[in-house]
Amino acid sequence: MNRRPPRTPGTPGDARTPGLRRLPLGSPLHLLLLACSFALAAYAGVRLLAGDWLGVALWFVGAALLHDLVLLPLYSAADRAVVRAAGAVGRREWALYVRVPAALSVLLLLVWFPLISGMVDQSYRLAAGLSADGFLARWLLITAVLFGGSALLFLLRLRRAAKERPPAVH
Amino acid sequence: MRDRRPLPTSPGFWRSPVRGSWFTSVLGLVLLAGITVLFVTGLLSYAAYNPNLSPVNDQTPGKGLLGFYLFAWPTHPHWLYRLTQGVHVTLGITLIPVLLAKLWSVVPRLFALPPVRSVTHALERLSLLLLVGGGLFEFTTGVLNIQLDYVFPGSFYPLHFYGAWVFFAAFVAHAALKTPAAVRTVRRMRAGGEEEGDLVAPRPAPPTVSRRGALWLVGGGSLLLFVTSAGRSFDGLLRQTALLTPHGGAEPGSGPGGFQVNKTAAYAGITPAETRADTWRLTVTGRTGTVRLTRADLERMALHSAALPIACVEGWSTSDQWWRGVRLRDLAALVGHGDPPDVLVESLQAHGAFRRAALRADQVGDPRSLLALYVNGEDLTPDHGHPARVIVPAAPGVLNTKWVARLTFGELR
Repeated sequence: MNRRPPRTPGTPGDARTPGLRRLPLGSPLHLLLLACSFALAAYAGVRLLAGDWLGVALWFVGAALLHDLVLLPLYSAADRAVVRAAGAVGRREWALYVRVPAALSVLLLLVWFPLISGMVDQSYRLAAGLSADGFLARWLLITAVLFGGSALLFLLRLRRAAKERPPAVH
Repeated sequence: MRDRRPLPTSPGFWRSPVRGSWFTSVLGLVLLAGITVLFVTGLLSYAAYNPNLSPVNDQTPGKGLLGFYLFAWPTHPHWLYRLTQGVHVTLGITLIPVLLAKLWSVVPRLFALPPVRSVTHALERLSLLLLVGGGLFEFTTGVLNIQLDYVFPGSFYPLHFYGAWVFFAAFVAHAALKTPAAVRTVRRMRAGGEEEGDLVAPRPAPPTVSRRGALWLVGGGSLLLFVTSAGRSFDGLLRQTALLTPHGGAEPGSGPGGFQVNKTAAYAGITPAETRADTWRLTVTGRTGTVRLTRADLERMALHSAALPIACVEGWSTSDQWWRGVRLRDLAALVGHGDPPDVLVESLQAHGAFRRAALRADQVGDPRSLLALYVNGEDLTPDHGHPARVIVPAAPGVLNTKWVARLTFGELR
């Protein structure tokens, strides 16, 4: 629960120096729980950082930053562009027919990027004795099916809408 | 004209009408169940390596108390590791869209002001860094490892194992703090209550999809990842359905030895010169001394059959294959161990983390544990460990040593 503690305007000194307000402690029970959590995290953390500590720390913190400050804004912006384009023709809800197949396709690309991009072709072939050639083609094929299916649904919806609408109305 | 856009620190910046405590709560509860299963199956996989048995099995010698729960990994049922590790990896892949959607749903809180409201709140935010960083670290290292893309900073085993404990520490605290509210929210909304809380956009953009619709999209993503992955835990037609997953799709070959291979003979650096009938010898050492056997000697011993799968830590597995060879306990008896002891198995392989592996006495004693010479009625192929390989029920793939050169009973160093 995200309970905001009530502001305490009556606290002496609060009105004059808000920046120097003393930080309240918060729930002692939560504090205890977090202390236990940090103790365990620290116990495992020193072992996690025992090798290449800088690399691991970069990966750990970098993963959070890269996701929150790069990946998420990027896909949000792409999504907004799609909605805006659909809005330009006056049908924001049409965005869904691009958004859904695009989201699913990008998801697959994100998860299987090393295989799809061919980065691990050689090691995959050598280690597993399997060809890595098919991954890009299969991803493109799945993407084509997703967009094709979406387009089909869109056309069906347009046709249904055209039938339901009396021809005189524009 | 553009109106002046508020900063991300202002609630008005976040416009999506999908955000709200219901959406976050549903995803949170799915992750609560899913990540708990991931953690438990991960710990089971760690135990399956029998790391306490011998240093050669232990990739994390500094584990300390984190190995408190370790137990002797059983040999029954013979599909145990195939199941637990298949669930671990396939469920992990399936949960990726849920994790991403959950992170998207709470991103306004990253920027919320004031950044720190109390000492507890400051610590909770620090804990969230471990939660989000740890979660992404675990999923990323896992997904990269199964694609053999070893770009992470160190060896996979210690990173994924210790990372899991850091992540889990933050996960437990987060779950304890948030689960009651999530359950209350879901109950309230089911009873027809209104969406409320700090995640609801104060001036939402006109909706293009309902909250329920957004949840369907997340579920659709999970389903798509699941159906293009799950088949790699089976042979034949089902494997063909695993379109984008390593070891999905086609088998590496045809015929009796055509099933999946973790590391080929070429990768392991095994040459035909070392495995020929006139050069290869199996050295068996035990209480009464050392015996050197040719492959023909082994073929003259009592041969037994066992139908067992290969199950890899990477989450893929084969169906049961029909192995035939000499029982490990018969080889133990040959060097004076009537009661099967632990064994150290060494491969011809010159490099690689598991070219030496230890098996526990219960694994050696199981009548289905073989030094296999044949599979599915034919000689082992080079990639499956010709001239001889270990196959043990329920053991992780890497403990089923291929190209075996030496067995040392009772002594594990």
